[in-house]
Amino acid sequence: MSMQTIEKETASSANWKLDGSFVLNSSLRERAKQTLDEMSFPTTRTEAWKYTRVAKIKNASLAIAAPKSISGTFGLDADSLKFVFVNGHFSKELSSTSYPDGLKILALSQMDEAERNVLGESLSLDSNVFTTINTAYATDGLYVHVSAKMVIEPAIEIIQINDGSNVLSNLRHILRGEAFSEVKFIQHSISLAGDSNFTNVITEVAVARNAKLTIDKLQEENENCFQISQEFVDQGQDSNFTINTITLNGGLVRNDLTIEVNGQNCETHLNGAYILKGNQHVDNHTIVDHKVAHCESNELYKGVISEKATAVFNGKVFVRKDAQKINAFQSNGNVLLGNDASVNSKPELEIYADDVKCSHGSTTGQLDEEAVFYLRARGLSDASARQLMVGAFVGEVFEKIENEGVVDRIHAILSERFEWSNVN
Amino acid sequence: MLKIKNLHASIDGKEILKGLNLEVKAGEVHAIMGPNGAGKSTLASILAGREEYEVTQGEVDFDGQDLLEKGTEDRAREGLFLAFQYPVEIPGVSNVNFLRTALNEIREYRGEQPVSAKEFMQLVKDKSAIVELDPKLASRSVNEGFSGGEKKRNEIFQMAMLDPKLSILDETDSGLDIDALRIVANGVNTLKSDKNATIVITHYQRLLDYIVPDFVHVLYNGQIVKSGPKELALELEEKGYDWIKAEFAE
Repeated sequence: MSMQTIEKETASSANWKLDGSFVLNSSLRERAKQTLDEMSFPTTRTEAWKYTRVAKIKNASLAIAAPKSISGTFGLDADSLKFVFVNGHFSKELSSTSYPDGLKILALSQMDEAERNVLGESLSLDSNVFTTINTAYATDGLYVHVSAKMVIEPAIEIIQINDGSNVLSNLRHILRGEAFSEVKFIQHSISLAGDSNFTNVITEVAVARNAKLTIDKLQEENENCFQISQEFVDQGQDSNFTINTITLNGGLVRNDLTIEVNGQNCETHLNGAYILKGNQHVDNHTIVDHKVAHCESNELYKGVISEKATAVFNGKVFVRKDAQKINAFQSNGNVLLGNDASVNSKPELEIYADDVKCSHGSTTGQLDEEAVFYLRARGLSDASARQLMVGAFVGEVFEKIENEGVVDRIHAILSERFEWSNVN
Repeated sequence: MLKIKNLHASIDGKEILKGLNLEVKAGEVHAIMGPNGAGKSTLASILAGREEYEVTQGEVDFDGQDLLEKGTEDRAREGLFLAFQYPVEIPGVSNVNFLRTALNEIREYRGEQPVSAKEFMQLVKDKSAIVELDPKLASRSVNEGFSGGEKKRNEIFQMAMLDPKLSILDETDSGLDIDALRIVANGVNTLKSDKNATIVITHYQRLLDYIVPDFVHVLYNGQIVKSGPKELALELEEKGYDWIKAEFAE
């Protein structure tokens, strides 16, 4: 993933206003800023960005916003613990104030400096310009530490709101589940009156021995907003990590998932669904890196792309030398509705061990017209027939989501934004 | 109920139906037989509204309405049902979910109230019993992984759920063993009333031992060349289609 600096223009020369107060420690930030002086934004010549142009982000007149107080109630799950960030800043008024035992949870901006200063060091500064920007300019984020053996009943909901125009939000979340703990997160991105805002978010996740950690990630920012979202996950032995990435709106959305499976007997589940229309561009890049033996990973991504929208899927699975007895399955399916919709799908397996069971598959097609005719011959309108079929197609991914609040919101978006009235 | 007059239709510029006439009244069962390539399935496809076919001449009146003017779904909503020769597998779409949608769209078209959940489940229970279809199959994905016999039973189950005025069974006997044939035929006979009608399209006579027609028509070279009582089917079984071909050679 090394950056190719073909352009002379450096990342620092973007016309962005970067004033504010930042949460990561100053020497790390200095190094990040210095690195930015030598980095440039990726172009389509950069392999990992071949199908996704970031010029719109680079050329936007973005500015870090001052904290803003907004009113309203947010959250998808009535019983969840809610932590709200508006334009990159923690909103204490909108967030939960009490939480169960065994949980340390607070915004980075609210942490003791000594504790905070050790955070953020583990990510490479010279690989991805958006990581480096985030490290240099993160204004806030959520820190969660689940103590060993604690099972946290309510979901923890991270709500990322953007409001106003040309707002740059850099958020850095740190989620840690200690040994034998269990915790579920919802990460929900929305725009209020959001216009041309860019949310650059990184979530560092550590799942310790025998811990179970789940993230339901729902992205529904406005059609002219941008989001680049990265997860860096470190799985310890016997752990279970699941992430469900659902993208239903947003102009340009890029998800980069990097999961390092560092311990044996782990389970890793990655599910994703994207339903796109208009000029949306949604890019899901995933890496599952099996470094040790006896693990299993399952990846299922499905998309329905209509109008002039574009989807990109790139799923990479590494099975390192000596990582024997790995079961790794990956599948990406796409349905294109309309001649202007497009998808670039690339599943990749790199296997260096010899006793593994791995498979990958990618399908892209249009709806089976014979099936549409069959349904119409039973009295369904053409629109209902198609909707029932695409609903069933992506429904397989939605079925993986356990949180009812998240599922309800997905159904609401499908009906409001996509006018689907029948979802299986 | 159905009046077909001088129907001409072609596909890819090739004329398949060449002036077909047929009248079906409520309460009647009509069998349409004929050799391969005579146009039997084309007739079924045109009545159901398959867009690949072009009607070049003639008219089809269905209960006082111009059938050919209507889209496939509106024909179904008016009470026309086609049991497919090759029922389509639709992964992920549950049989019952799609049937509820179909039933409600049909009801909406007719200005009726949607079916209640309770009423619907009772319908599924009652109607699946008619064709001895395991209710578990009724709730699975449409035809996915069904055997040939299960697919055909599912067609008749759907027919029972939608309660059409006119049912067209397109080669429903193909690929059925004798037990499945009996079950399917029994289903069709159970659904028969003096208000609805059935057109059975078949190549072989054996289905007509179970679904006894009032009229048998021989379709050959795009026209109905011979009509008669049920005994005509037996004659065709015995003598084959060669004598028809000889008599009505182009």
